[in-house]
This record gives sequence, C-alpha cells and structure tokens, in this order.
Amino acid sequence: MNTVFQKPETLTDVQMHYCPGCTHGIIHRLVAEAIDSLGVREQTVGVASVGCSVFAYDYFNCDMQQAAHGRAPAVATGIKRVLPESIVFTYQGDGDLASIGMAEIVHAAARGENITVIFVNNAIYGMTSGQMAPTSLLGQKTATSPRGRTVEEMGYPIKVCELLATLDGPAYLTRVSTHDSRHVLQAGKAIKKAFEIQQQKKGFALVEVLSTCSVNWGMTPVNALKWMEENMVPYYPLGVYRDVTAKEGN
Amino acid sequence: MAKVLMKGNEALSEAAIRAGLKAFYGYPITPQNEVPAYMAEHLPLRGGVYLQAESEVSAINMVYGAAGAGARVMTSSSSPGISLKQEGISYIAAAQLPCVIVNVVRNGPGLGGIQPAQGDYFQAVKGGGHGDYRLIVLAPGNVQEMADLTTLGFDLADKWRNPVMILSDGILGQMMEPVEFSENQETVKVEKPWATTGAVNRERNVVNSLDIIPETAEKNMTALLAKYDRIKEEEVRWQEDNTEDADVILVGYGTSARVARSAMELARKEGLKVGLFRPITLWPFPEQRLRELAKPGRKFLAVEMSAGQMIEDVRLAVNGISPVYLSNRLGGMVPTPEDVLKKTRDIVEGRVN
Repeated sequence: MNTVFQKPETLTDVQMHYCPGCTHGIIHRLVAEAIDSLGVREQTVGVASVGCSVFAYDYFNCDMQQAAHGRAPAVATGIKRVLPESIVFTYQGDGDLASIGMAEIVHAAARGENITVIFVNNAIYGMTSGQMAPTSLLGQKTATSPRGRTVEEMGYPIKVCELLATLDGPAYLTRVSTHDSRHVLQAGKAIKKAFEIQQQKKGFALVEVLSTCSVNWGMTPVNALKWMEENMVPYYPLGVYRDVTAKEGN
Repeated sequence: MAKVLMKGNEALSEAAIRAGLKAFYGYPITPQNEVPAYMAEHLPLRGGVYLQAESEVSAINMVYGAAGAGARVMTSSSSPGISLKQEGISYIAAAQLPCVIVNVVRNGPGLGGIQPAQGDYFQAVKGGGHGDYRLIVLAPGNVQEMADLTTLGFDLADKWRNPVMILSDGILGQMMEPVEFSENQETVKVEKPWATTGAVNRERNVVNSLDIIPETAEKNMTALLAKYDRIKEEEVRWQEDNTEDADVILVGYGTSARVARSAMELARKEGLKVGLFRPITLWPFPEQRLRELAKPGRKFLAVEMSAGQMIEDVRLAVNGISPVYLSNRLGGMVPTPEDVLKKTRDIVEGRVN
C-alpha cells in the first residue's frame, strides 16, 4: 500500500498550541518536510525564539535550544561555530527578529553566518495578545495602535528582505506566503532551498514567510488569509531578493 | 615549565586555551581588551573559535548556544558590558549550561570610569539578572590565580553545569607578574549527554529555561536550589593568615586583599595582632569559617573598592558576634596599606564605634 500522507519524522507527535487558523502549523510542517527530505534530522539543531513559536522546541523532533527574545541568530551562531557540520536553523517571528532582535539578525546576515532563518511575519505580536509589530501595516489596528498605525506616530513597517539585501553577506533571501495552497507549495520549496544553501556551506539563508494571526487580527481564518493576500502581499512583495546559486547558474 | 612574565588578562586567556577552550565570543571594552586580543591571536591556531560579536548581548547568547552544544566556551567583559550580559547569564543559569564569564571590573555606576573597582560584587554574587539563580564566583588575587582560577572555573562549570564568573579588576587584569602553567592542563573530560549535538541514536535534547506550569517549575527550582546547596557544601575556598591570635581580622578579596595583606604586615611590625581572611569563592561565600572565627573581643575590617558590599556578607556570617567595620575607596581609587592600617589602629584603640 502506498503511503500518500504522513507526519514528517522531524515533527513530534504532540498537539500544537497554535490558535485555529494560524499558519504556524503549516510552516512548521514545511520546515520538518525540508529537513526530512534532505535527511539531516540527526545533525540538525533548531533554535526557538520568543513569541508564539516559543514552544517550537516541543514540536520539532530534533535537538533544540530555546533562545532569549531576539537572540536566536546569536545562539545559532554560537552553536554553528562549534559544530560546523551541523545544520542550524532559527524560527523567529516579526517582533523577535525585526524589533528586539534587529542587531542579531543584521550581523548574522552580514557575517554570512552559515545558518537558515525561518522568519514568520504576521504583522503583529501574537503571544502577548496583539500589539503593534515593526511589520504592522499602516492603518492596521492593534492593541497598541487602536486607531490604526500612523506614519506620524509609529513610522513605517520594516521590510526585512529588502533591508538585508543591502548587505553582501546573505546567500539566499526570499519572501513567500501561505495564503493559498499554491503559495504554500512555493514556500516549501524556498524553505528546502534555504536548508540546501546551508548544507552546501554557501552562507546565510533567510526565508520570510507571510503568515496570519486571525485571532489577534480579529478575523475568521478564511478572512485572515484573504486580508493577507490583499494587504500584506502588496506591501511585502513576494520573490527572491538574493540567490548566490542563481549567479552560479545552478 | 618556567615562569613567564604576563599580564593578568593574558595569563587568564592562556589558561583558558590550555583548559580546552573551544570558543570565545567577546566585545571590546576597557580594561579587558587584552583578553579578546589574546584569544584572536592564539585561539584559532589552537583549535578554537574566536568571534567578535556585535554586542555584549549577542556575545553572551553565542556563549549560550555553544555551551548548549557541549563546547567549553567563554566570554569576557567589564562592568557596563557585564550588565548587558545579565539577561543571557540568567538564561544560562536557568538552562544549567557550563561556561566561564570574566568580569574585569571597572568603577561604576553608569559608564563610570575605566579604573579598577569592586562595585560589581552584589551583581556577581546576589544575582544580577532576573530570577533565583547563583553563579559560582571566583576572585583571583594575583596573576597566577588569574590563570589557576580560570582552569578551575572550567572544571567547576562542567562539574556543576553552572556558569562561573571570574571576578577580577582593572589592576589584576593589567598588572604583570610571573606566572607558571603546568605542561599539560588537559582536564578530565566531562560527558555532556544533554548537549544539542544532533540526535543520533538517541532521543532529542532540548536546552531550555521556559516552564509555564507552576507545579513543574517549582520542582525544577527546588532541584536547582538543591544543586546550589551542594555547591555551598563542596566548593567554598578561602585563604587566611595570622587569624589565630588576631584582635582584628582584615577581610578582602582580589586587589583589596593585596592591600590588606600589606596593611597586616605593617600592623604586625607595630605589634598589633592583625590577621587576613581572603575569600577566594565569593559565592559560595566562606561564611561558616568566618562564623567560627567570630568571637567577642575580636573585630573584623572589610577592605573594599566599593561602597560596602562584601561587608554585608561578612556581617551575615559573623551574625553580630563581632563588630564589622569598613575601609574603602571609591571611584576607581585604590586604598593604600596606610589607609587600612590607620583604620585598624582606630579600631584597636577604640576610636571607632
């Protein structure tokens, strides 16, 4: 009998705590499938961050470390430098990576640190119940921008891929989305490539995955996906911002 | 091996490399700059990794990662930089990761200055970061001890799965003295089955300090505190001289202990019965021995380059049996033996209350 669907080996067999409609579960699965397909689960060390994905260490069936808020790229650097043959990835949200952890991500990228970063951008702080994030859109209403984010008060959302693309260090930078199945499949390919880049010791790879937070956005899961497609994708254009393998003609 | 003349910061660095250091993550700050410079020069050539982090915050989190991966790892800084590391130190203590953190103390608070001081005592021995945790704190008193206590620090860190702080100061870091390294300082390799090295033929390992279930979090804390109790039983270290007949016992660590020793020698020449008690572990503090030494009629004089920090632990130890006085300088000023001698005379002759 052919198996047509199964849980990836790199996911543990526990119930996730994520809210209904949240796309973290999908992204976890994509990461696990990538690790499975490359056969590197036993050499992988993942780094969970602070935010909704803080419990990622319960869900990825590989060695894991839990990092302080924003510091996952530094922790990953510490691991990778002493275990250069291991596969090290961080899994970070937008508050963690683009606000408190901006120094760590910029410098890890600038160093060309040979790690894989999964950056989940849902434009809000989810775990702490819906505060404005560095990636919240203009006009977006959150617990701490109750009348909508304004440029005058809070400035502009940060485009992480574009920002990191100004550096020479990164090997692979791409932004993908999870708003429909076609884009989920594309996201899976990008995540797998980001691990391959590390496996080939080509340097720093980051995949920004646009994601929903239906509970804190105050929407049904279906409407959240629609809102993401209609509002986030135009502001955060999907695509490849750096790919050193393209230059090599691979 | 013959003795060589080295700066304290360099001797400490050499000892760390000989102890099997695999990674050093640092950030520039005076007066510890000789440590990262020595590491950058030597460590990559001797099988380790040197990396200058983007901040002290990043450096301590790199230490967390490498320690969690089972490597002997170290960072060094000075007071303002150590403050920045406190969040990471709390996580490291909570996750029970072994590492060595060097603080070459300068005067504070704030940006303070770059002169030697001891104002980070509370931060080092009482916590510094958030939550209930302890560092093992070692206080070298000369360049030889900058080396020897670093070697010991790595062993204690591995033995107890606990961060160890070397609490030095700007004088001990910068001064040169003869130092001897044994030919072979390969230490006993401690197995680290908990390290995240890749889950090959075993269950996955998780390095973590989060536990949101109060019942299990309390159990974990109880286990952590039990470990600290065992450290207090087994690892207390101190040095004492001329305490047996002493009317006044000078208590000091690090540079202050050197000054106190000179003061004791001057006092003895004058016929004053003065002794010296030098804590080598500041945590665990040698409180039991100090309690044994306390008796009616005997007085203690804490010598510090801080506003009266260690004196609190001395008072807790002697528990009112003996009076405890303070002789100190602040702002990066170093007490002279004559300062301490004068205060000692005042105590002996009843001119202080």
